[in-house]
Amino acid sequence: MTPSTPGLHEESRLALRDVTLSRAGRPLIAGLNLDARPGDLIALRGPSGCGKTTILRAIAGLDPFERGTISVGDACLEGGTALNRATLHRLGRSVGLVFQFHCLFEHMSALQNICLAPRHVYRVAPEAAERAARDLLRQLGVESRADARPRELSGGEAQRVAIARALAVNPPVLLMDEPMASLDASRRAELGALLQKLTESGRTLLVTTHDERFAEDFATRVLTVESGTVRERI
Amino acid sequence: MFRLVAAIVMISGGAATLLAQSPAIFRWAGDAEGGAPYVEADPSDPSRVVGFDVEVAELIAKGLGREPRFVEVAFTSIDQSIVRGDADIGLSGIEDTPARRAGYAVTLPYYQFREVLSVRSADAGQLRTLADLRGRRVGTLSGTIAYEILLAAERDHGIVAVSYDDDVHPYSDLLIGRLDAVLLDNVLADRRSRTAPGFVTHPEPVAVSHYVGVLAPGNEVLRDRINGILLDAMKDGRLEAIYKKWKIWNDDQRQLFAQALGGESIAPVTGYKTDSAAALSKWDATRRYLPSLFRAAVITLVLSCGAMLIAVALGVGIATGRLYGGRLARMALTGYVELIRGTPLLLQLFVLYYGIAAAVRLPAFVASLLGLALNYAAYESEIYRGALLAVPVGQLEAARTLGLSEFQTLRLVRGPQAFRLALAPMTNDFVALLKDSSLVSVLTVVELTKQTQIFATNLGSWAIPGAVCAMLYLAMSLPLAGLARRLERRWQ
Repeated sequence: MTPSTPGLHEESRLALRDVTLSRAGRPLIAGLNLDARPGDLIALRGPSGCGKTTILRAIAGLDPFERGTISVGDACLEGGTALNRATLHRLGRSVGLVFQFHCLFEHMSALQNICLAPRHVYRVAPEAAERAARDLLRQLGVESRADARPRELSGGEAQRVAIARALAVNPPVLLMDEPMASLDASRRAELGALLQKLTESGRTLLVTTHDERFAEDFATRVLTVESGTVRERI
Repeated sequence: MFRLVAAIVMISGGAATLLAQSPAIFRWAGDAEGGAPYVEADPSDPSRVVGFDVEVAELIAKGLGREPRFVEVAFTSIDQSIVRGDADIGLSGIEDTPARRAGYAVTLPYYQFREVLSVRSADAGQLRTLADLRGRRVGTLSGTIAYEILLAAERDHGIVAVSYDDDVHPYSDLLIGRLDAVLLDNVLADRRSRTAPGFVTHPEPVAVSHYVGVLAPGNEVLRDRINGILLDAMKDGRLEAIYKKWKIWNDDQRQLFAQALGGESIAPVTGYKTDSAAALSKWDATRRYLPSLFRAAVITLVLSCGAMLIAVALGVGIATGRLYGGRLARMALTGYVELIRGTPLLLQLFVLYYGIAAAVRLPAFVASLLGLALNYAAYESEIYRGALLAVPVGQLEAARTLGLSEFQTLRLVRGPQAFRLALAPMTNDFVALLKDSSLVSVLTVVELTKQTQIFATNLGSWAIPGAVCAMLYLAMSLPLAGLARRLERRWQ
């Protein structure tokens, strides 16, 4: 199997219905509803600690949530139940997540980080996986850092390698946690343009950010988390 | 201040009084593990010892006007212990060898014994001499004349000499077929034949020697007084009475007493030409022992590497099972780790080799390899478990969001990072295993430390054997530590 091809709109459909989230027993967000359309670039804003990252983690299947349902492509997560392996497997093929602190695999080079999932999850031939990985690194402007280890990368470089790693499996839905945090103004503009480009083929992006400018310039929709509820700014 | 000085003076005075009283005690060293009829814990009162050597010691102490006090010392260390001053004399079936006569103040022989060959009853007709035992395994106690005879028979008759740390297991191994013959003192063979029937002891001696008391070199004055006491006891029948009480009196003793009382010179060993290392210069002796030390070092290295490989594989399995397995598997594996960590390695080796011999008769090398591997697997598993837990959770979540299965995450992400964390403690454990492998000598495997001990016993000194042994261990462990440092640097 090869990474799913963008453009299949059903796969990039993301829907949250009446989702209630808590962290360590403390209620964070209640009654969250969201229908993301293919090609949406949704900015999720709100003060620190309001639960933006928790929403992304619940969608990626990393943390269970209290109530409601989350549907991504053909995977459906039910609140209040333990995550089962089959659902997580389907989810893993539909959703990509770029962590705020990158979480690159420390024992691998940038190139190996990017090739890992295509080779071992999608069984792409090593040469093809490497070619695609180098292409992604070039698009993100870090081709020269292909052989560097994560600890040798700057914050911005690591961020872009992490994005390349997530994109390498071509997920229909891509979640990004504060991708602008490590970038200067010009890099932010470049990344914004890149993210817009990623949505052109029907991929859905949900991006948490404190950067108002980015939300205004690049997002198709802006959601704000405030006092435990999520509102969409029209 | 005055009070403090007064207290010190009083304490010093007390100590001086104690020291002044100490000559009234006659400390004699022996090994109660050797058992009856030499020295053994009294079955009715284990706090005291009984045996013919105990009574000989009491006889000597009485002649000296002192109080006998037993000092427990391992059989193979009695000579060194006497030199250290732990006791005045060693008396525990100590053999009369040219090396002892050359290196220590040795009493006159007080008991004559024969080195006799024991074989299973069914083999009595065909296995009568060492020459009949070509290609067969013959066991004895290490560091004895009998072991020296067997080493010579390895060269001359092609037998396989097997060394034991005690005199019980050679006979039990003979009966279950691990050995084809045992060469030991007739006193030991007689005693064992009473409790473990099934073997026959040929009466013709392979060699004849004696038991002596051993004193530190320079202690000839006390030795001569003891000789006088022994001669008196031979003359007035007190020694004979002791031997009769312990059922070890025979015509050999009558002959020995006559020789001693007649002032004849008594050769330490007859029937076998001892080629003692003590008779050689230190350099020649070292040169002669070097090949066997190298061979023993190879055994140590092979054993340690093999055991470590198995321990690493098992350790990885146990650690993974404890982190990923079901409740039952986790409980069983935790139980295994605690059982192994909570009991001595020596005990585990004994159980593997002797304890389960009735059901599974493992060869000594295999039992040693398994014993070390099973023991170290428990410790390795804890290192790996800790290392696996130390891999940041973000790394595992990243793998999960990329669609890697749990097993792929372990194999490709968590395991390799954990291995880097575990490398330093693993190297440390391997160096420890190299040294712990010396414990397998209790299972008759002659590895480096055991060979060194044999060398030291025959040479009568630990200085050169100890230095050579230390150099060989360092030659094995230092390159390993260097390799580990290189890997660590590379991975950092």
